[in-house]
Amino acid sequence: MSKTYYLTTPLLEEQTRQLKAGDIVYLSGVIYSARDAAHKRLVDLIAEGKELPFDLEGSVIYFVGPTPPKPGDPIGSAGPTTSYRMDSYSPTLLKYGSKGMIGKGKRNQEVKDACIEYGGIYFGATGGAGALLGKQIKKAEIIAYPELGPEAVRRLEVENFPVTVINDTFGADLYQMGRALYEVKS
Amino acid sequence: MREIAYDTVVKAVRDIIVHCGTDLPQDAYDALKQAMEEEKSLVSKEVLRQILENADIAKDEKRPLCQDTGLAVFFVKVGDEVKINGGLLKDAINQGTQQGYIDAYLRASTCEPFSRANLKDTVGYNLPAIIHFDIVAGDTIDIEYAAKGGGSENVSRATVLAPAAGMDGILQFVKQVISDAGPNPCPPITVGIGIGGTFEKAAISSKHALFRTLGSVNEDPQMAQFEERILNELNKLGIGAMGMGGTKTVLGVHIESNPCHIASLPVSVNVQCHSSRHAHITI
Repeated sequence: MSKTYYLTTPLLEEQTRQLKAGDIVYLSGVIYSARDAAHKRLVDLIAEGKELPFDLEGSVIYFVGPTPPKPGDPIGSAGPTTSYRMDSYSPTLLKYGSKGMIGKGKRNQEVKDACIEYGGIYFGATGGAGALLGKQIKKAEIIAYPELGPEAVRRLEVENFPVTVINDTFGADLYQMGRALYEVKS
Repeated sequence: MREIAYDTVVKAVRDIIVHCGTDLPQDAYDALKQAMEEEKSLVSKEVLRQILENADIAKDEKRPLCQDTGLAVFFVKVGDEVKINGGLLKDAINQGTQQGYIDAYLRASTCEPFSRANLKDTVGYNLPAIIHFDIVAGDTIDIEYAAKGGGSENVSRATVLAPAAGMDGILQFVKQVISDAGPNPCPPITVGIGIGGTFEKAAISSKHALFRTLGSVNEDPQMAQFEERILNELNKLGIGAMGMGGTKTVLGVHIESNPCHIASLPVSVNVQCHSSRHAHITI
């Protein structure tokens, strides 16, 4: 039932609309890091009609604030942060072309609706596996807002970065599906 | 009076922070391993396998276990026959914290609450530490440390119940908090419950309860039984590892109970993610 895909960014709508909640995806190519503060700035730029620091079309945004790299490493530990804090910004980014988000934890209905409307996917990565996930990032470069420190926007080159589809373009939610299978009602 | 050098404290604190950043304590590792063996959901089993592999990589390659290297939280018992030479104990703990976070390439995660500006270049790198002091008899300094991440802190809750709510009311409150939290605090989690005291005493007790060794049994037989009951109820929620659905949502429930006002039943629930980084040293 659950399928495994190997996808390279930027993602196309015909690819994202095939994915289903529970599918395993190994992502390769370029993804961009952004947390709360950077999301606010990106959405403000869109509102002002200004150019963004990266091309949103087909982009995958990773909710991560990495640890500082040790000498010789491209990046430190880099697992996902909790995604609900980006809920008020994500629909706008999906509307303007972004096709994927990587984080952990629940999203609100507006984000799920935007995934259906614009062909976006919410991927989950394993929270607290920052050492493991950081090793799948081969190159990292700050491209905007260096003053935000760990929250700066980074261009990340990843190879076979392991994620799971949580919210798909059909409105399914893996967290609800998984819990329903094991919840014992009293 | 025993004299302890300021720098001795700085170094001891620095060393436990460096160690905890990359080495998951044995109690947490063992509890996760047992959860992986017993978990019924194959998806959650795979998540637990990744979490254990992550711990192995972190230890072998000295990489932080998680990018959220937490705020540094300390419970410090200072013997009344101890004198610190060369500065204040609080300053020594803060200096050791900063040194440890910098030396181990851990993240600077403190910010000003409104502008959200990172405080690393103003107040200090991941400063100030959160320190709870107590004064006890003796000539040693006892330090319990934990790196407390934000995701599990965000779902923690405190309330004051009516005394009539009793144990059933406490169970319902805890169950609601963990159910609402779902995947967000990075399960499998440890649940610290502070009962009684005042509003803030319950909260501090719920934090301190998380420092107890996973798998240990509460010294109070009635509380040990209550912990078991809550654990079983919480694992019926079906949340599973990282919320993927499963039978192992909670690794342990730890209760600290205090006498309280005749009118009140304060209850606080503090949640610890699966990356339970803590240490206990005596100087």
